[in-house]
Amino acid sequence: MTTVVVELRGCTRDYGAVRAVDALDLSVHESEFLALLGPSGCGKTTTLNLIAGFVPPTAGRVFLDGDDVTDRPPHLRGLGMVFQSYALFPHLSVRENVAFGLRERRVPAREIERRVGDALELVRLDRAGRQRPGELSGGMQQRVALARALVYRPRVLLLDEPLAALDKKLREGMRDELRAIQRSVGITTIFVTHDQAEALGLSDRIAVMNRGRIEQLGAPREIYEHPATRFVADFIGASTVLRGRAVANDRVAVAGVTLVVTSGALSSGADVELAIRPERVQLVPGGGDNVVEARVEGLVYQGAQTELTARLRDDQRVLALVTEPAPAPLEVGQTVRLHLPADAFMVLA
Amino acid sequence: MILRLVVAALLLFITLPTVVVIAVSFNPTAILSFPPSGLSLRWYENVLTYPQFQRAAVNSLVVTGAAVALALPVGTLAALALERGRLRGRNAWAVLLLSPLVVPGVAAGLGFLILAAALGLLRSRSVLIAAHVALVLPFVVRAVWVSVRNLDPALERAAASLGAAPSHVFRRVTLPLLKPGLFAALLFAVVVSLNEFVVSLFISNRVTEILPVAMFTYVVNYTDPTIAALSSLFIVATFVVVWLADRYLDLARVFLQH
Repeated sequence: MTTVVVELRGCTRDYGAVRAVDALDLSVHESEFLALLGPSGCGKTTTLNLIAGFVPPTAGRVFLDGDDVTDRPPHLRGLGMVFQSYALFPHLSVRENVAFGLRERRVPAREIERRVGDALELVRLDRAGRQRPGELSGGMQQRVALARALVYRPRVLLLDEPLAALDKKLREGMRDELRAIQRSVGITTIFVTHDQAEALGLSDRIAVMNRGRIEQLGAPREIYEHPATRFVADFIGASTVLRGRAVANDRVAVAGVTLVVTSGALSSGADVELAIRPERVQLVPGGGDNVVEARVEGLVYQGAQTELTARLRDDQRVLALVTEPAPAPLEVGQTVRLHLPADAFMVLA
Repeated sequence: MILRLVVAALLLFITLPTVVVIAVSFNPTAILSFPPSGLSLRWYENVLTYPQFQRAAVNSLVVTGAAVALALPVGTLAALALERGRLRGRNAWAVLLLSPLVVPGVAAGLGFLILAAALGLLRSRSVLIAAHVALVLPFVVRAVWVSVRNLDPALERAAASLGAAPSHVFRRVTLPLLKPGLFAALLFAVVVSLNEFVVSLFISNRVTEILPVAMFTYVVNYTDPTIAALSSLFIVATFVVVWLADRYLDLARVFLQH
């Protein structure tokens, strides 16, 4: 983490009465792969558009390599962008699409020829050059869009949900490919997605966004294991969030049971929220420390595991993943014992 | 069965006048009678050698050419503004631009006449050109508008992100993608302008009159099949243009898209 390439300082963007982005500060470092992750309407695409220059901020400044580019139009920012719909030019061949940025930069014809060839090879499309985008599959169009955005070696690559339009299998393949290409080119990349698995698997850092603000910014593991807020805990991997009251600095009373919590400092007497991942919750036969009783409310069989939803005595909901085959047959309405390990809790702010 | 008969009768009713005119144009005698009593091309010869028709044909070409050349860019920009622009009173503008479609030709003609007289322009073709621009503009705006609506704004953003200045974006992306609409617009503008009669009648004289007006004047004075021959040429020319356009531009698509 060295040079800051992209920086947003206090950027706000209003659409009429709606505040899409709210006083956002963000620094993106050289060669890093940063994901803007959040539900639709959280402001992630607007943030990308602020960086690309398609929409001006209502307030705040945008910097590229330390230069204030807030008033610089998109065509002078020298960024590469892949659109959700790919936005390939239907009236141009694949080659002409990829050559577009080079021609705008008045690169000599022979060099255009060579670099377009290299770019198409990079995305394994060297045979499709003469075809029109409409003749290609979604995955191929995606790769053309990527080649088109990379060929003129932009300072930053912006990706707007580039995988969303692909079917699941293709998406996973493209995800790996995207990461490999980004690594080999070493380009600073900002990636907008609503898919937490994509963000976790691809990024160096994730900015989880909600209501125009960044809820948490950090490495994928950090975000997953130490969510800072209830929203993050909930959005990154469905979590159980339990409300309780701290009775000591490592004890929390929840639904009439006192749970030992070793993964965070608590101040006694305070209301606290504890998050726990469903894969950490264990089905146990008997009682013991940190074991709660719950009534099974829903069971979703998923092959390797079963997703179990249960309610505690005070009606709080707990999610658990039970590895199949389950030790005993499960039924809705049945009472089960769940072990919530003391080190598995995430104390939310 | 009855439905089919009705459709057949309608089709006959629609095409019969055209058929009659074409048939009469080959009549060897100087009477507009149907069916023709023989076959002759003398009226076609008359059409091509009659000086007033020659002059009117040149006028028609000049007026239509100029009107289309003006209406096409104006209409295209108007369509872009209507769809994209931050425009106050968008609907009002649209109604205004499309209004020549619903204003009666006589009213428009009278208006242009009074205006032209006040400006002392009655002897020039400029009033005719101006009137034709106004009359073809609705067709141009409408045809281009459809194409603009189907244009994905992300394409223009993509071009900008690739380093294209707004003028380049327009030339390299917007304009090529509007081509079907522009061709349709061109076609309508030409056909409407070439066939325009009522308004042109008010604002032209013997020197500036365009073909449809010259034809009318001829019919008022003579009743030989010359006019049928000229009409036939007109019909065939229009038909060929529309046929070519339909074949290469897929007119149905342009019109049925919304």
